[in-house]
Amino acid sequence: MPDLSINFAGIKSPNPFWLASAPPTNSGYQVMKAFDAGWGGAVWKTLGVPVVNVSSRYGGVNYRDKRLVGFNNIELISDRPLADNLREIEEVKKFFPNNAVIASLMVQSRQEWHDIVRDVTNAGADGIELNFGCPHGMCERGMGSAVGQEPEVLKTIVEWVMEVARIPVIVKLTPNISDITEPARAARAGGADAISLINTIQSIVGVDLDKFAPYPIVDGKGTNGGYCGPAVKPIALNMVKNCAQDPDVRLPISGIGGIENWRDAVEHILLGASSVQVCTAAMHFGFGIIREMTAGLEQYMTEKGFNTIYDFVGKALPNVKHWEDLNLKYQVKAHINEDKCIGCQLCYTACEDGAHQAIGLQEGTRTPVIIEDNCVGCNLCSLVCPVEQCITMERRDDGTEHRTWKERTKANDIPVTFNDDRAGGLHHWVPEPAAALGKERHKTLPGKARALGSPQEVIAPKASDVLSAS
Amino acid sequence: MAEYPTPTTEQEFAANFAQIKPLMSNTEALYESSRCLFCFDAPCIKACPSGIDIPQFIRQINTGNATGAAKTIYEANYFGNACGKVCPTEVLCEGACVYNLNEQKPIEIGRLQSHATRKVIDSGHKLFGPGPANGRKVAVIGAGPAGISAACELRALGYEVDVFEAREQPSGLTLYGVAPYKITNAETLAEMDYLEQQFGYRVHYNRRINSREELQALEEAYDAIFLGIGLGATNALLLPGEERQNCVGAVEFIEQLRMAHQHVAVGKKVIVLGGGNTAMDAASESSRLGAEDVILAYRRGKDEMGAYEFEYDLAKSVGVKGLFNVAPVEIVGNGKVEGVKFIRTATRDGQVQIVPGSEFVEPCDMVIKATGQAKQTGFLHLIPGLQLDGKGRIVADARTGQTSNPKYFASGDALNGGAEVVNAAAEAKQTARGMHAFLTENGLSS
Ligand SMILES: Cc1cc2nc3c(=O)[nH]c(=O)nc-3n(C[C@H](O)[C@H](O)[C@H](O)COP(=O)(O)OP(=O)(O)OC[C@H]3O[C@@H](n4cnc5c(N)ncnc54)[C@H](O)[C@@H]3O)c2cc1C
Ligand SMILES: Cc1cc2nc3c(=O)[nH]c(=O)nc-3n(C[C@H](O)[C@H](O)[C@H](O)COP(=O)(O)O)c2cc1C
Ligand code: SF4
Ligand code: SF4
Ligand code: SF4
Repeated sequence: MPDLSINFAGIKSPNPFWLASAPPTNSGYQVMKAFDAGWGGAVWKTLGVPVVNVSSRYGGVNYRDKRLVGFNNIELISDRPLADNLREIEEVKKFFPNNAVIASLMVQSRQEWHDIVRDVTNAGADGIELNFGCPHGMCERGMGSAVGQEPEVLKTIVEWVMEVARIPVIVKLTPNISDITEPARAARAGGADAISLINTIQSIVGVDLDKFAPYPIVDGKGTNGGYCGPAVKPIALNMVKNCAQDPDVRLPISGIGGIENWRDAVEHILLGASSVQVCTAAMHFGFGIIREMTAGLEQYMTEKGFNTIYDFVGKALPNVKHWEDLNLKYQVKAHINEDKCIGCQLCYTACEDGAHQAIGLQEGTRTPVIIEDNCVGCNLCSLVCPVEQCITMERRDDGTEHRTWKERTKANDIPVTFNDDRAGGLHHWVPEPAAALGKERHKTLPGKARALGSPQEVIAPKASDVLSAS
Repeated sequence: MAEYPTPTTEQEFAANFAQIKPLMSNTEALYESSRCLFCFDAPCIKACPSGIDIPQFIRQINTGNATGAAKTIYEANYFGNACGKVCPTEVLCEGACVYNLNEQKPIEIGRLQSHATRKVIDSGHKLFGPGPANGRKVAVIGAGPAGISAACELRALGYEVDVFEAREQPSGLTLYGVAPYKITNAETLAEMDYLEQQFGYRVHYNRRINSREELQALEEAYDAIFLGIGLGATNALLLPGEERQNCVGAVEFIEQLRMAHQHVAVGKKVIVLGGGNTAMDAASESSRLGAEDVILAYRRGKDEMGAYEFEYDLAKSVGVKGLFNVAPVEIVGNGKVEGVKFIRTATRDGQVQIVPGSEFVEPCDMVIKATGQAKQTGFLHLIPGLQLDGKGRIVADARTGQTSNPKYFASGDALNGGAEVVNAAAEAKQTARGMHAFLTENGLSS
């Protein structure tokens, strides 16, 4: 049985799964319920100055029938009285001494920071998270992402906090910045014990086509909100990786952003996170998702022979390189497994219109063929194919050669003009432009073509003919 | 025990004849349309006799544009709503869906189609209208799928159109023949109203054209005549006892059923003679009307039946029993039907042969003959120069639908010998354009 427990910058937790600071950690009731369900820790909904919230606060991005692949909110920090929150933190810690309770904080003046850090420490919190991320409402008052976007200001505030902090301090970073390592380094310079990322991304999730207003709509108007949920995971992963690889950051990382299941969590961990935080998934499916997350993580660790989380924290980092370090001699080509093909021809149209005209159609079958000479090995067809393992990318080089752009640059072996034989697309075949005209028009609009075309059309087949033909 | 209690009210009838392709809610349509892969050069389109751009309309449903979806459907097929419900989709679009090859459930194309079209019908949102008047007139005989589709297309092309219909209501066998669990009368008629309101052709009901004089008058008053007369009554068996009470033709029985619902009486034990789709329908319908035993008797083996497999499965699912390799010799009884005398058969080298001495009587109190519909040759002979083939089908140009009498054009069952609603609708649209080409080329004017 692998050991899921962590010691994150001094904060102990029975497993790496924490609820992120957000509505699911709004009250002692919710946090107790979450711990009861199996969550390892909870970052309390951000405490700070008194706020007022609007009604109509969330917007969603649906993809076809899938709800909330993206989620945004225009909510502020906790609107409950500080005293109530402190009392509930104390109560939760009494019931769950072994679970991690981290107080998320956001205030303005040095004195306010000192006071609130002491308050939550006295209430029994195991750690503190500084919210420098909220991209709406609070930043306009000089807090949240307004701090996170100014490394110098961030550093100063961290220093204020460290003056009185007796428990570990995590700095939560905003992704609304071009280089995430700058605030991460500032956090380290200010003396923080760890960082967590990402907070939400500034966004408009949609526009009402009838009301001409962005979602969520508040009395006919809207504002930019903070984006999160499954759609933001790729952005979060890249930022986690950037911080983990930066030699000047070297702080424990709590990974946040689009985590919904054990796989997402493992990805964050492989790129350097040693605890993970979840918000949207808990808001969508409730606390029960923790069962799948811990079960999946345990099974993965058992199968891989990992005893503790630390056996694989950052394990993928050595393989995340700059583009110039990739092997230019590596060569894959698409291969269609004819037995599996169902003839949707999505690969054909994808490659024909969206890639390199390397897939052809054949008479008498709906299974397309790969034209190997044209295939550049881009993967597109294998990504659109709806059948598992039907299009595979097969290695074609013999694996003996290795040459990167960096090496070529050093060896002065890079193309300098387009006619240079060493240039990439030089000998790549493309069809004549005019060959495109009328090529597929008849295939894209059959109903309409029959309705509007000349009477020269063939007469419609009977069901029995169709049957016998197929 | 009967599979179904005898229905006595409209509600009970509706329960026994519950729609096998019920209306999809918005949510169900969203989920189902989301499954569509939007195949390139999609095989489902090719399998649709009316060539509806299926991935296009499914994508339109998926993006919340049901009106656009309905337009895509109606552009190809004026019976879009009815077809979604009554087409044998298992052997057409849905049978061709690529999901079948992955052993996954195909997209429910028919139900999505009816979902989108029903929405525009209910909203009354007009999608089409008559084209600018071109001064020419066409008479359409028969207001079935063929006749109505031709009328719509001809109106769109600017013709004045008069439809002459023998019955009281439009849509032909869609209303008078198709099984009630496939489509309700209200649904059928709502689409007819919707089309008539948009295109504004005139339908003259209870106007059977059945004399040379009437045809002559039409020939004089109209630039061309469209024949959408379908087929006729059930073929006679020519067996002794056929005249006995409770021995009825399937088409006639079903017509009564569609019109009078639970007021149609069915026997306790019903024998249906035949192995085609109409036989399957009549057997299912008898069972759903409360018959205790329903036997489907067919001259050949089970696998040789002309009916689609899914239609036989449907009949079996409501308790119908098959009796194969038997030929009826006599309808026995005393005034009323009391049974059918059969003789056993065997198929040798594709030939059905009787087994001498194997006669037996299967008792019953009702016989339904599903032995095919007769062609309307009597009427067709009134048209000078109109050529029919050996099976009594009208001979016409495959592209234009023009018959051997150049003034007459034809589509639907009368031409193809009996197919589906979708074939009649698709052919008629084509023929309407054939008429237009002919009349335009000839420079005719009123
Ligand atoms: C029992 C049964 C079940 C069926 N089930 C299905 C099904 O589930 N799905 C499916 O797609 N298809 C089904 N069909 C087939 C489908 O109904 C027909 O293919 C389709 O209706 C043919 O259309 P049509 O316009 O050619 O002929 P019809 O629908 O037969 O219409 C012809 C019209 O012309 C009128 N008419 C005829 N002669 C004259 C005249 N001399 N003067 C004026 N009017 C005249 C008739 O009253 C009728 O209204 C079924 C058929 C039957 C018999
Ligand atoms: C409604 C809502 C309110 C939030 N409030 C806070 C907050 O008060 N303090 C904070 O640090 N982060 C807040 N966040 C950000 C989350 O803690 C988290 O960083 C972000 O949602 C990304 O994680 P996810 O993809 O798992 O949702 C909030 C997020 C949401 C959706
Ligand atoms: S890998 Fe890219 S280029 Fe090669 S066939 Fe697939 S889509 Fe075309
Ligand atoms: S995308 Fe896959 S299933 Fe579809 S045609 Fe191409 S290989 Fe076949
Ligand atoms: S074949 Fe099936 S999946 Fe493909 S476009 Fe048609 S309905 Fe959609």
